[in-house]
Amino acid sequence: MVLEAVLSGFVLALFAPWIYKVGRGAAGWILALLPIGIFIYFATFVPPVAEGETFVFAQTWVPSIDISLSFNVDGLSLLFAMIISGVGALVIIYAGGYLAHDRDINRFYVYILMFMASMLGVVLSDNVITIFIFWELTSITSFMLIGYYHEKPESRTAALQALLVTGAGGLALMAGLVMMALVGGSWEISELLNRGDVITGSSLYVPILILVLAGAFTKSAQFPFHFWLPNAMAAPTPVSTYLHSATMVKAGIYLMARFSPALGGTQTWTVVVTSFGAVTMLLAAHMAWQKKDLKQILAYSTVSALGILTMLLGVGTHAALEAALVFLVVHSMYKGGLFMVAGAVDHEAGTRDIALLSGLRKAMPITGAAAVLAGLSMSGIPPFFGFVGKELIYESTTEFDMSAILLTVFAFLTNGLTITAALLVAHKPFFGSKLSAPKHPHEAPLTMWLGPVTLGTLGLLFGLLAGWVGEFLIAPAVSAVQHHQTEVHLALWHGFSMILLLSLVTIAFGVLVYWKHEVLGRWFAPSNVISKWGPEQWYFWSLDGMLGFGRWQTRLLQSGYLRNYLLIIIFSTVGLGLYTLSKYNVFSQNTIFRPIDVTSYEFMFMALIVASAFVVTQVRSRLAAVAALGVVGYGVAIIFVLDGAPDLAMTQFSIETLSVILLVLVLYRLPRFIQFSRSRPKKITEITAALAGGGFMALLVLLVTALPAQSRLAPYFAENSYKLAHGHNVVNVILVDFRGFDTMGEITVLGIAAVGVFGLLKLRLDKTRQTDTPPDVLTTQHQSADVFPVMEREQS
Amino acid sequence: MTSVILSTATRYMLPLLLLFSVFLLLRGHSEPGGGFVGGLVAAASFAFYAFAYNVKQARRALRINPRVFIGVGLLIAVSSATYSLFLGKSFMTGIWTETEFPVFGAIGTPFIFDVGVYLVVLGVILTIVFSLAEGEQ
Repeated sequence: MVLEAVLSGFVLALFAPWIYKVGRGAAGWILALLPIGIFIYFATFVPPVAEGETFVFAQTWVPSIDISLSFNVDGLSLLFAMIISGVGALVIIYAGGYLAHDRDINRFYVYILMFMASMLGVVLSDNVITIFIFWELTSITSFMLIGYYHEKPESRTAALQALLVTGAGGLALMAGLVMMALVGGSWEISELLNRGDVITGSSLYVPILILVLAGAFTKSAQFPFHFWLPNAMAAPTPVSTYLHSATMVKAGIYLMARFSPALGGTQTWTVVVTSFGAVTMLLAAHMAWQKKDLKQILAYSTVSALGILTMLLGVGTHAALEAALVFLVVHSMYKGGLFMVAGAVDHEAGTRDIALLSGLRKAMPITGAAAVLAGLSMSGIPPFFGFVGKELIYESTTEFDMSAILLTVFAFLTNGLTITAALLVAHKPFFGSKLSAPKHPHEAPLTMWLGPVTLGTLGLLFGLLAGWVGEFLIAPAVSAVQHHQTEVHLALWHGFSMILLLSLVTIAFGVLVYWKHEVLGRWFAPSNVISKWGPEQWYFWSLDGMLGFGRWQTRLLQSGYLRNYLLIIIFSTVGLGLYTLSKYNVFSQNTIFRPIDVTSYEFMFMALIVASAFVVTQVRSRLAAVAALGVVGYGVAIIFVLDGAPDLAMTQFSIETLSVILLVLVLYRLPRFIQFSRSRPKKITEITAALAGGGFMALLVLLVTALPAQSRLAPYFAENSYKLAHGHNVVNVILVDFRGFDTMGEITVLGIAAVGVFGLLKLRLDKTRQTDTPPDVLTTQHQSADVFPVMEREQS
Repeated sequence: MTSVILSTATRYMLPLLLLFSVFLLLRGHSEPGGGFVGGLVAAASFAFYAFAYNVKQARRALRINPRVFIGVGLLIAVSSATYSLFLGKSFMTGIWTETEFPVFGAIGTPFIFDVGVYLVVLGVILTIVFSLAEGEQ
């Protein structure tokens, strides 16, 4: 049943364009029924899972290599699945309004549904290979979605960047997962989690950890891989809401949480994960408040939130895990809501630049209210759920046994700057006495405020019902991460404590920075020079380096002259062949210098072949050379006839005929006959190549025919051709039955080659028609060395 | 390129060569022949036709775009190989009829596979020959 829930997204994606054709404006509402259904389905799991049950659904897929479609519903995967389907429904409805006038909206629905299904697959999979496949599917669908506005170069660059960064991490992850499975002795994740001791004790533990974390850090945009996420804001806002705040970027967090029973608990884990998370959260929070674009502020504050989550998973105590899961829910709600608000503002007011916006609450009261709800939760103001989250974060950092003070300072600064970012997004555009916006703003349609209002209200409700949420959603998830049953008691009010004081100071600090953000921004502006030399620049350098290397080696290897390729092929074949033969003692009197019976007519045809081959090299006309070459081929075919291979002969005759036809056709396209090898050294090289190639083949034939046939295949085929395959013609039976699979591959290749030839010729025809110049084969071959995907980029 | 001898000869050769190619295809399983060589002969017959007249007329004589043959041929080949899966046997197991038909003998999936090969070869060669030849006109 879980399998169907996961795959249903892919199935619906297939039909989405038709549903859009029929439903038009209502298509978003119709398509959202699926995620709503999935959400309700998973909601039914909440009570039993809260009592400590887990559900496993397994379906064999590739049993020979232990890959199964097994899914595991426990507290952690359930929490993620509900976020994915719940936010998914709201985003699809939202997109129906946001992209209403976009001509590619049906394509958007296809991608987003496929993404949702892949993401559900990631969080529910219980098999190492299956989770990896779904993981990669999220990268690919994310590539499609970021590049949705494919006519804009910055969208394409951002899409490629996200794909390359997360894709590279994905490869590392695969290596890490496979190693972990081999060390742990199982491909099922639930089994691996029971063998944490074996994995952490193994000598491969550190490599496994590095590789798995590389996957998680790239996906969840941890420093120094964080730069792709702000760039991914080139995507339409519904995508940013869904992928880049609520779900996909949390896949890395999910991965770390899921595998922490197997990989966590060691000092290496704590130090590495905590410090990466801590650096990311502070750095990104510092970047966030200096941005002017609503989506950029939100993007950096998302990176910061992901840093907080990573840091908490690194600390790994019960309090930290509690904090991580609460904050995960909090963040998905407020950040999803704020992204939708930013999109609505952009849509209705015409800009996302906060400097140009103020007083929008008068024109957009509902959107403004939603922004305030989300902003308050983001700032951690009681009684919002965000307050619970922030208290828990402080609780876990102050108890961190390695360096509580340093980590708490990091957390304090991050939380304070997060409040500044919240004010910039939720306060700055909506408040202020005078209404200002580039175009006349009005309230967003229902589709576009439904999402943020729902999420904002939930942020408040969850805060008020903190105890209930803790018992039913957070406790099972914490139990899953800790890998044993545990209890969570959340409460809004913890009494007067140091932590409450810290929360109050944090709010004051955040408000202070917001109040003075323009002055402070000018102070800190010079520090942004660093980003010019930062990780994103390394990415572009390595990309340029790779392309440069590609160009260099292509120029080195691809001269564009057929005769060079032929020389290389012939000499390396002869050299490698002779080297191999010399290792076996096969050159002897019996093999090479032995009498061979040649009949007079065989000799006649041989002389004919040799003579016409010589003619080929001497004539000055291409047509004559082709004809002479045809004679060589027919001569060989006659030898086949004489030696009792009618099938081969027949094929050879047809092939020769067709080759002559094709060559004649091709000749028209070639430039006039040019003799390249005029100089003596060149001639000598070519004669050597010809003699070496011919001599080597003759030697090979002599050797092969002299050695005793040891094949068991030939007698087998001869014996069973009629018995098993109803055919007397062994050659044909081999082709269509015994080795039919090969033939299938060959005809497929043939077909593709024909389509390729067709494409190349038609493309060239069109070009010549435009420029009206005769095609010149030699020069076009040179140009082909420069045909590379042109990577556009934009650095801001 | 206009030659009365070639064009007259081709007019009579085309049906004969086509018949011969089908003959090769049908007998292939037990006597020299087969789908590959049959496809080559059939392709050659149309290639000659294109030479003797022109590509346009050759296309008209063929009636169907040669690229279609590639797709149809591959589809037939794959279907013949998949058929055994439905009988619970592994992919590409040869399945033969019990009864013997006149001319054909027993018909089996390998024969149908060979028909696919025939069509693919015919389609591939004609696609290439026609595209090349069209460049000249």
